Amino acid sequence: MEKIFTRFGDGTPTEMSESELRADLEAGTEDAADRGKIPPLTEDELNHLFDIFSSPYKFISVEPGQEIVLTYDGAHVKIRRHGLNVERIQGLQIYEKVMGADTLELCHVDYSFKPIKPIVTFEQPVMEQALLTTHAPMFYGAMPNLGLYSQPDGPFPNPAELMPAGKIEEAQASHELAVKEAVRDIVFVGSCMIECGADGINIDSTGAAGDADFLAALLATQQLKEKYPHTCVEIGMAGEFILGMHAGLEFEGTRLAGLYPHDQVKLVEKAGGTIYGPVVNTNTTESTPWNVARVVTFTKAVGEVAKIPIHPNMGMGVGAVPTCDHPPIDTVSRASKAMVEICRLDGL
Amino acid sequence: MALAHAHASGMGGMRTSGDLVARMQMSRGMKIKEAKEYVANKLSLSVTEIADPVIMTEVRQDLKLGVISPQAGDALGIEAKCRIAEVLDIDINCVNRFKNKAGI
Repeated sequence: MEKIFTRFGDGTPTEMSESELRADLEAGTEDAADRGKIPPLTEDELNHLFDIFSSPYKFISVEPGQEIVLTYDGAHVKIRRHGLNVERIQGLQIYEKVMGADTLELCHVDYSFKPIKPIVTFEQPVMEQALLTTHAPMFYGAMPNLGLYSQPDGPFPNPAELMPAGKIEEAQASHELAVKEAVRDIVFVGSCMIECGADGINIDSTGAAGDADFLAALLATQQLKEKYPHTCVEIGMAGEFILGMHAGLEFEGTRLAGLYPHDQVKLVEKAGGTIYGPVVNTNTTESTPWNVARVVTFTKAVGEVAKIPIHPNMGMGVGAVPTCDHPPIDTVSRASKAMVEICRLDGL
Repeated sequence: MALAHAHASGMGGMRTSGDLVARMQMSRGMKIKEAKEYVANKLSLSVTEIADPVIMTEVRQDLKLGVISPQAGDALGIEAKCRIAEVLDIDINCVNRFKNKAGI
């Protein structure tokens, strides 16, 4: 067989022999199995991935009947990011009508709950107007972004300065204060958007600032579901592993630091979350087959335990999608097909 | 990238019944298989048919569920969502709110 075309995790094109492809698939699944203490992919699953990557076609897809539904973070923001002068509601209409989006998400370009709180009365009419003209279910999305709660951006002492100074307890106390404020902000903004008609709240890039960030999302989800039991709350993650920036935080008796996706989902379920979006980071110096085998291994373990729908993140830099501005369709379509066909996904 | 995913593995939103299946995940927490079967049952179609853009355009037009290229007289936006709530037998937040405000 001729050399097989593929890419590195940064999108750089490369070629592999059959034996190199198989070796990378095996190494990728072993890496995930070792880190997550989960089973590696079976021989049949590795063979399926081999077939996907050795396909000569530029674009491949799932078989008819295996389609899933898609949720998007920051949907219309990406249209503005390309330099297109399109207003937010028009952006959502483009997603719905031109791109065939299954769901929509309204958001602010400053994609965090804290800065949205003082301008939420300007966001609500946009949500109301968007809901009048669109058809697909509509989320309002933003991040907990606990980094905004520490000095100089926020009110509390900066744990990143306290920790190197040996002030561990002070740093932990600052994290705990930030959690309380973030929960208030998420519940406030989320409630405002639900009250004006939103179908769901997407708490996105959760865990970006570590275990305190994840805890804020879980507690806010719990409160939102108590107030609005029929509203969808999606928790999307920022990374595969909860960083122990505080290290002692727990939710319902489970320590958050160090959790991988197959354990994270159980806490999202306990908090009452409707949809969980696991993340597995892309390694830019490894090949796409290595990355796909790794992300499929992690995500398959989530699919096996999840009772709620799972929508893994497969945007730039996560889910084996290369870390580059315009991820190539050859790679994205292979990662998409592999994930959906092996991992019992409900969406992406 | 969003387009690549949509074509590689997505249902296609309003082109088929992707928005309806997504509503069942969001409102009832259904997994994908159950959500597809629920929508197919409500539309008296098969699971394969609800992912077909030609069949679904006709069905959506007949039931006034909203279509990609609306003609004069087709249901638009909130009008279509009122019908979607009825057909799927679910509460849609903005539909309830619209009815309250409009006195319907």
